[in-house]
This record gives sequence, structure tokens and C-alpha cells, in this order.
Amino acid sequence: MRFPRTRRLRKSRRLPENRRRRAAAALAAVLAGLSPAAGCAGAGAIGGGSGAGTTITVAIVANPQMQDVQKLTPYFEHRHPGVHVRYVTLPENVARQKITESVATGGKEFDVVMISNYETPMWARNGWLVDLQPYADRTPGYDPGDFIRPIRQSLSYRGELYSVPFYGESSYLMYRKDLLAARHLTMPAAPTWEQVAALARKLNDPAHRVAGICLRGVPGWGENLAPLDTVINTFGGRWYDLGWNARLTSPEVTKAVGFYTGLLRTAGEPGAATAGYTECGTDMAQGNAALWYDATVAAGSLEDPGSSKVVGRIGYASAPVERTASSGWLYSWSLAIPGTSRHRDAAWQFMAWATSKQYIRFVGGRLGWSHVPPGSRVSTYRIPQYARAAAFAEPTLRAIGAADPEHPTVEPVPYTGVQFLDIPEFQDLGTRVSQQITAVIAGRKSVRAALAQSQQYAQTVGRTYRHR
Amino acid sequence: MATLAPSSPVPLTPGRPSSRLSAGEAWRRRLPLSPALLLMIIVTQIPFVFTVLFSFQSWNLVRPHSRHWVGLSNYSDVFTDSAFRDALFTEIEMTLLAVAVSMALGVGLAVLLDREFPGRAMVRTLLIAPFLIMPTVAGLLWRTTMLDPVYGIVNFLLRLAGIAPVDFVSRFPMASIVTVLVWQWTPFMALIVLAGLQSQSGDVLEAAQIDGAGPWTTFRAITVPHLRPYIELGVLLGAIYLINTFDVIFMMTQGGPGTATTNLPYYLYQRAFLGFDVGQASALGVVTVAGTVVVASIALRMLFTVFGTTEGRA
Amino acid sequence: MSAVEPSARRVKRLLGQSAWTAGAWLAGLMFFFPVLWMALTAFKQESDAYTTTPHLVFSPTLDQFRAVFSSGIGPYLANSALATALSTLLVLAIGVPAAYALSIRSVRRWRDALFFFISTKMLPVVAAIVPIYLAVRDIGALDDIGTLIVLYTAMNLPIAVWMLRSFFLEVPGEVLEAARVDGATQRQEITQVLLPMVAPGIAATALICVIFSWNEFFLALNLTSVRAATMPVFLIGFMTSEGLYWARLAAAASLACLPVLLAGWIAQKQLVRGLSMGAVK
Repeated sequence: MRFPRTRRLRKSRRLPENRRRRAAAALAAVLAGLSPAAGCAGAGAIGGGSGAGTTITVAIVANPQMQDVQKLTPYFEHRHPGVHVRYVTLPENVARQKITESVATGGKEFDVVMISNYETPMWARNGWLVDLQPYADRTPGYDPGDFIRPIRQSLSYRGELYSVPFYGESSYLMYRKDLLAARHLTMPAAPTWEQVAALARKLNDPAHRVAGICLRGVPGWGENLAPLDTVINTFGGRWYDLGWNARLTSPEVTKAVGFYTGLLRTAGEPGAATAGYTECGTDMAQGNAALWYDATVAAGSLEDPGSSKVVGRIGYASAPVERTASSGWLYSWSLAIPGTSRHRDAAWQFMAWATSKQYIRFVGGRLGWSHVPPGSRVSTYRIPQYARAAAFAEPTLRAIGAADPEHPTVEPVPYTGVQFLDIPEFQDLGTRVSQQITAVIAGRKSVRAALAQSQQYAQTVGRTYRHR
Repeated sequence: MATLAPSSPVPLTPGRPSSRLSAGEAWRRRLPLSPALLLMIIVTQIPFVFTVLFSFQSWNLVRPHSRHWVGLSNYSDVFTDSAFRDALFTEIEMTLLAVAVSMALGVGLAVLLDREFPGRAMVRTLLIAPFLIMPTVAGLLWRTTMLDPVYGIVNFLLRLAGIAPVDFVSRFPMASIVTVLVWQWTPFMALIVLAGLQSQSGDVLEAAQIDGAGPWTTFRAITVPHLRPYIELGVLLGAIYLINTFDVIFMMTQGGPGTATTNLPYYLYQRAFLGFDVGQASALGVVTVAGTVVVASIALRMLFTVFGTTEGRA
Repeated sequence: MSAVEPSARRVKRLLGQSAWTAGAWLAGLMFFFPVLWMALTAFKQESDAYTTTPHLVFSPTLDQFRAVFSSGIGPYLANSALATALSTLLVLAIGVPAAYALSIRSVRRWRDALFFFISTKMLPVVAAIVPIYLAVRDIGALDDIGTLIVLYTAMNLPIAVWMLRSFFLEVPGEVLEAARVDGATQRQEITQVLLPMVAPGIAATALICVIFSWNEFFLALNLTSVRAATMPVFLIGFMTSEGLYWARLAAAASLACLPVLLAGWIAQKQLVRGLSMGAVK
């Protein structure tokens, strides 16, 4: 019954920001109000509405950390009696679509949206987001300088924060210390991919249902393309040269993709073409994989006795490299206010609470330290209880600190981002390319054919960036 | 949602007064029809004109100022896109399988229901239920309670039979989707065929019996030819609806794993609403429409000829 | 045929009849089972729903329905009801006159008009979704229930026109002729003679429209997000729950299906006719 309340508020309570609305938006609102819907849609009859206060609509991705926020929201509402939070929770791909659509088209349905470092700079550049720097600077104790530097930078445009990190991650290599020791193998602290491949082949033991290495194979720009892109980068490959010519058939990319898919086929997990983050996590936690290159956040469940059989037996090495100094990716789920929101102050109050130092301590104390959203603040890693509870804390902080989205590969590129390109077409382009990669992993296509098709997809996109 | 190319000039266009009707009477007769025609033209024809226009543009919705004319390059992208071809094959495979299996089962059920037996009306009522279930629910329901590898009923039955559980939706995505479609559409096919069976004249069947024809011979020689148009109609109507399958795919597999269950509507949806690529999505839409015209014109001819549209009265 | 059947043949016939009955019931129940199972699961606790061996005996509870309602299903149900009811009324308001003009007092090129209506139904809605989306966006009607009402009206209109027309054509010409001879005006002819005779047909048509609009997903998914979202969109939220909330899912799904199940069962005699657009009577 939250829905009519939102509607009524939109009509009656006008915040100052309202005046800044563009004429088009105003016209749109009038049209919407005149349409037959407004009268009936109101479903006004069903809604009870609590009169006072502001209701903010928050669009979030359904993941465990956000479920914790939802669970703890009554505490926030108790402390801020004027603000009610209503959540729209959706699966990741649907959430992404709805949020993108709403923000890009000036929809007014959301006051807070959950986005990432992929969307933030692009949308800030388009003027779709509210500059949060002034809010962050004047909120006592918020301390935006405490956000881990690469995360903070990746959520900024022209030095100003446009979204605030709820959670951050990079990638590293997780390995079974006991399995390596049993074969008298050692893992270098900063391994190269060749070393990792050699170790994986030695550790691969199908007879005992242990895969040498687990890598994502399932398509999706946020699935197999994330680790693969870091491999392409460190092999010296790139998506585009400075003139926006697609470079996916270059020898470097061909070699990298051949390496990744070849490694999966010779020493990877069974059913690799349908294995993603979740499946690899299960394999590793059940002791069915010796190495796993994936998100830093994965360690949380591997070190949780409730879900893992390998607690305390995992070592952490930095993301393997070839020709670059570092290769880990950088990702952050963050909260932003769309420029169309009419409840900016209330929205900020909520965001500031959910991304504050206090929230992190609050979650840790109330729900347990494994529930703490990692990778956003340096201060999180200075909490003694957290450091004690999480063996992976230090490697995680180091990995995030080393990520370099400005210079992802050897040669210069016209885009930023490690495992993605900061162009709006990338979601789609990346997903289509990732489907080609999966076809290679499944043995349905050759590396060359898959990359030729990918190159064509990329050329189509690149063409729109040339001559401009 | 667009019209077919062949010969459908709309009668709304002001024409010469009919030889039989006065001009005033002709207009009075058109009046009640005009709101319906107008709505359909606005909602289905005009958008399609824009689809064609957009198909010659490069335009990404989430990239401001990206809109410009590109000629035919969207079309060349569509035709050189292996994923489009995959989606086309998936589309054909999915539609054919679902229509064929549901019609086969539908004929069987119709024959069962054609005879009097205790509780026939009840069985008929139960049987319609799958067709009335919201397709999104059907997808969710089958993915979870029926086909789940651990807790699904189907795997429970397999375990009883001593067979190791199977993760149907990931291992056999196409078969899983088709199963749901068949489950939903068999009742429809059964009802159409049943209507055909029941429209047989009892006299002919009795005559055949008197002539000494056994039940099987009667079925083959009289019933099957009589049913043919009904079966054809069922197949065509089923195909028209099933070509647009989207809900079940969205809820069950999201077109995956990989692209295993990405049919044309789903592929177009991805281009339009995940890629926000107006130009490519539009080109894809035009190509899809062109393809559908073939199927649809056959279907239309069927509707008009097989069952004979009764003449309108003056 | 002898008046008294030999007993062996009668036994055989009875056996055949019972086998037939059993077979038909079995088939019917098999098809119905997933629906039945959904309804049962909706009354379970999660612990009873999520078991490797299905629990047939359990103490029924309304907890899941309560949970679904407190999770905010209300606006979605209301939106669905609104979109369905208003679009159906609109379809009848526009469709009945159109069907009249295509049957009783037909326009000159009624064949072309019929052809046009039905052809719009045959081509995929996906082909037009992009311009529709953009147009709706530009007039600021995204996430507005009015948009769905208009589009659902257009979606169902062709079927309704065909179906209504087939009912109109069943009215014997003599009846209308008689009314005219008695000096009835056209208005009287329609309201006092024609409409009462086709009322059951209009009701059946309305039920078919209800079924299609209530179940519609594609347009609702792409043109609504929060305020105007309908029941099928509400169910998306259950896609991620990884099986942990089956009972609640079943409760929401049962609520989502109930209106159409009822409508369909009431209209079952006319269902085939509606779905075949009047071709099969």
C-alpha cells in the first residue's frame, strides 16, 4: 500500500528542487496527470497513506548485503521520522535495465538508485545524476576521504562524487594451500598467468573431482567477460585503439582468449560453459577446485564455516599478470540520486546512513562481521574485529588499491575501465561478445570465428565514436 | 502488431458512393466502425512506420546525441550476426516442437473427451486450467516446484524410479521451455479438435457402422478428413501465438543458458531494452515482420476460406 | 443388434468404458496437477514446501497470503484489475459498434476491414515496441496505467471484433426484419432486439479480453516500473529467491491466476470460439 502515498506526495509536497525541473519534465508530468490513468491509477482507494513525511523510492539489486540494509531500515526510519523508505528490489539484470531506462529517460519514479562505477561517470557526464560532493562534504562525520581511493575515483566525475559506494571489489587468485603443499608446489605472491596455468594443469585431478582452476564460462558482461577482460588486458590486448578501431582480432586478444578458453578446457571445471560466479563458488567451497580467479568478495563465503568445507585452507595471491604490473578489476555497487528526484535531501539522508562508517559497525555488531559490506571504506579494514574475522581483509584492500581503470592495458585506449568500457553500448556489446566466448568454451566455435564475430559487433559500435 | 502487406486498403478511405448505398448511408454505416479502425491504425500501423524509419538510424537511447542516419548498415549487421541466425533457428525449433507436440497430445485428449464417461465435464474443466494460467506463473512454477533439481516433483519421481536427479532447466533448456509451452497449449488444441469431433454428423458415422466399418476404419476414413481443417486451424493459431513466446522464456531461462533459448522476440527485447539500441532493434523488427508475413498470410487465407466467413448482410 | 447383449460382451464393454474413464481422468489430472500443486503449496509453511519428498499432509495456513499482502502485492493487483476492467470496457464500447458495422449493416468493404483487424494480431508486438516505447516516453506516459489500458484495448480489439461479429451473424435475419416491419427505429432495433440476443456473446467476448489483458506481460514489463506495474511484473521479484520462498511464490502465483481461472471456467463453452476468433463454433 505504499504506492498511492508516493503519488499523493508527488502532487502535494513540493521541495525546492522541484523548481529546477526542466520545462519538458514539467510538461510530461502535466500530460501524465491529464491522462485517464492519473484519475484511476491512483488506486487511491486502496491506499491508506500515512500523511506526514517524505517517502523515497529506492531501486536496489537483490543481493544479500542489500537485504541486510532492508532489514535494518526501520532503525533508520526511527532516527529520521520524516523519511519513509520504499524499496523496489529486482534481480540484477532487470534492475539494471529498469534503472538505466528510468534515469536515461528522465523517469521520476526513483529517488535513490543502485548503480555501479560503470554507470556513474557516464551518467554524471550526461547530467543525469545529482552531484553528491556538496552533500558529502557538509555531512558531519561522513568523511568521503575514507572511501578507498580507486573506488572513490571511479565514482567521481571531474573530481566530484556522483555516487557513494556501498560495496567494492577487485579480483584476485584464491588457491588451496593444502593441495599445493601436498604436491610440493608454491604459489608466488604475484603470479603470472603462465605460472598459474602450469600450476592448474598439475593440480587438475578429475579422478578425485578436483578441477585445476575454476573460471567463469557463463555469458554476460558481468560474468565471463569480467575475468577474461583482465586477461586480455594483461596480455596486451585492447578493445579499441585510440581511433576507435576495434582490435578484437589482434594477436594479443587472440592469444589471451585462446589462453583463457584453452586453460578452461584442459584444467577447468566440468560444465564450464554454464558455470558462473555462483557455480565456481560452490565448486571451490565444496573442495572441487584447486584455484579460483574471481571477485575478492568471494572469500567471504569461502571462509564461512556454514557454507564452506575449505575454511582456513585458502591462500590469496594478487590477480595474475603477463605484461602489465597489475590486472585486477574494479567494481562497486553504489547509490546515486537521479537528477529528477524531488526528495534529494531525504534521499541523501538515507544514502549517507547506508554508506556511513556507523552503518558498517552497526551491521557488524548486529548481524555479524561477515555481513559487513566490504571494499568501500579504508576504516572498515581498521576495525579489529573485522580484521580478525576476515583473513582475506588485507589482500582485498591491497587488490582494490592496485586496480587501475585509467590505464587498463599496455597500450593507450580511448576508454576507461578494467573489465568494462565506460560507453553505454558496452552492456550490450559485452554480453554479445561474452556469448561468443561461451560458444568457444562449449566447443561450438573456434577462437578465431568467435573473435571475428565479436570484432564485427565492436566495429559497429566503434564506428559511432569515430569522426566525432 | 502491424498489418500485412497484401491488399488491405482500409475501407475508411473516402471512396465513391457505393452503387447500392447512398453516400449518406455509406457514411452512416462507416461511423460505428471508425473508432476501432482509428485506434488500430494509431497503435499498430503508425508505430510500424516509425520502426521502419528508425531501422535506418544509429541511435542508442542511453547515449545522448547519438542519433544519426546510417542507411542500410543496421540491416547488414542483422544479416551478418550469427546470434540473429541462432535466434531464428531457436525460434523455428521452439515453435515447431511446441505446436507439433501439443497438437499430437491435443488430438489424443480430444478423442478421450469425445466419448461420454462419468465426470466428463469435470475433466474438461480441469484440462483447460493450464491454458488459463498466467504464462509468467507457468514459467516460474515449472522452474521451481516441478523441475528443480533437488526439490522439484519431477526429480522426486525420477528418484523413486531410481534415476539420478537432473537439472532440467540448465541441462535441457529447450526441452524445458517446450514442455511448459506444450502444457499450456495442449488444452487449446484439444478443445479445437474436440469441437471438430463433435461437429461430425452422427448420421454419417452410423452409416459407416452399418456398412460394416470398424471403429478404426471409421476414424481414419471419415473422422480424420473431417478433422483436418480443425487441426490446420489449431496449428496455425497455435503458431501465431507461440511465435511470440516471451513470458515463459523470461521467467525460466532469460534466454539462456548462453543463448540456448533466445528466440526472436527475446533477442529483439535484448537489443531494445538491454542494449537500448533503437536502430538495430528496429531493423530486427522489420526483418521479423517480413518473415512473419509469410506465415500470417497463409493463416489468414485459412481463416477466410477453410471455415468460410459468412457473408455480411446488407 | 440383439436386445440382450451376451454377458461376455457386456463385461468387455463395461471394462472398456471404465478403462476409458480412468484414462481420461488420469490425463485430466496430469494436466491439472501443477495447478493443484501450486494451490496446495500456497497453503503450506515454507518448511513443508521446500522438501525433497513432497509433503501431501500438512496443516494448512494462510501465512503465505498474509506475507504476500504485507509485501505490497496490493497495488499490483489493483493495477491489473484496473487495466483489465477498463480495457475490456473500452474494447466492448469500440468493438460492438465495429462488429455491427461489419455484420448487420455492413460497410462496403467489410472483408478488407476484417482482414485488417486480424492481420494486426498476427504480427509480433516486439516489432512495434520500440516506437511505442519512445512515443509513450515522449508524452510522459511511461509507468502510467492509462498507457496499458489503451494498448490492451488495441491488443484485444481484433479478437473481440471477430468474435462479436460471429455472434451478430447468428441472429436470424427474420427477427431483425420483423422488428423493422413493426416500425422499430434503428436504435430500438439495436437496443431492444439485437443486444439482448447477443448479450451472452458479449459476455463471452469480455471474458476472453479479461484473460488476455490480465495475463499480459511484455508490454507491462517494458512500459511500467513502479506505479503502474501489474501482477506479472510483481512476480519477477520471485525470480531470484532461489527456491527459498516457494510457498510464498505459490501464494502470489495463485492470486495472480485465480481471476483468469474463474473467468476461463465460466467462459469455457465460448473459449474455443473466442480463441479461434469466431471460426470454430
